[in-house]
Amino acid sequence: MLTAEIRITLKDGVLDPQGTTLRRSLETLGFAGAGEVRVGKFIQVSFGHGDQARARAEAEAMCSKVLANPVIEQYRIEIREA
Amino acid sequence: MKAAVVTFPGSNCDYDCFQAVAEHMGGEARYVWHREQRLPDCDLVILPGGFSYGDYLRTGAIARFSPVMGAVAEFAGRGGPVLGICNGFQILLESGLLPGAMLVNRGLQFICDTVHLRPERTDLPFTNRLAGGRPFRVPIAHKEGNYYADAATLAELERNRQVVFRYCNANGEPDEVSNPNGSLHNIAGITNKAGNVLGMMPHPERAMDRLLGSADGRLIFESIAHFLR
Repeated sequence: MLTAEIRITLKDGVLDPQGTTLRRSLETLGFAGAGEVRVGKFIQVSFGHGDQARARAEAEAMCSKVLANPVIEQYRIEIREA
Repeated sequence: MKAAVVTFPGSNCDYDCFQAVAEHMGGEARYVWHREQRLPDCDLVILPGGFSYGDYLRTGAIARFSPVMGAVAEFAGRGGPVLGICNGFQILLESGLLPGAMLVNRGLQFICDTVHLRPERTDLPFTNRLAGGRPFRVPIAHKEGNYYADAATLAELERNRQVVFRYCNANGEPDEVSNPNGSLHNIAGITNKAGNVLGMMPHPERAMDRLLGSADGRLIFESIAHFLR
């Protein structure tokens, strides 16, 4: 069985209000080395088959159709053996 | 005015929209459940505010796939006026009927407030009763109202005069202090190129009576009534 691990983040250049706030909090807590912070989503989709290419194509279609919004978001897909 | 008010699971301003049309404007209003494939006989479609599908994934992201949205797109394509308010605006963005997207508010907070809006267009079905540049007061209530579009899209919106409302001060100046959520160019509402689809974050349907703080929202509904007459 296969699992798609999908990471969705705001595109570079799109302001991330949560990331900006977290960065300030980290600085307040003494993490002086923290640079830019970006917040995203992690979505895991399990497949009922073991076809790698098919799983990737399906995950890609899911992302472009609904899971990510191409106006503001980018995504990365990893297919793993569950 | 014969309005179809679409109800999604999680809509919570559908009743206000219904009342704005039926009670305040003396028009006909009908609720349309989001599972419907077709719209009833109507000359206006309203996508109301709320939290369709619990705002899961992204605001409006799941509602845009509701069966009724096919009929709404078709109605809009035929030139029918479509008004998306708050979550309704977010659904229009997700469905591609309007360009751009919403980010979380700059201050990360859910904002419940009354704002001034500067009308940039007074020639639309929704704005013909407004005076250009003269601000009017309506409530906002949202967490994802931080309008974003890439530079090219934004330039095109401005060039085509698709920005309909901007957050502004009491004098009608769209300054930084009056921008509640960080929206680019103080954008509070936009229209499509044809001018028959309007998305706006503020709630005109909650400002239909001075008893409730402001009657300025009537201007939007009176504009629509005037257009349909």
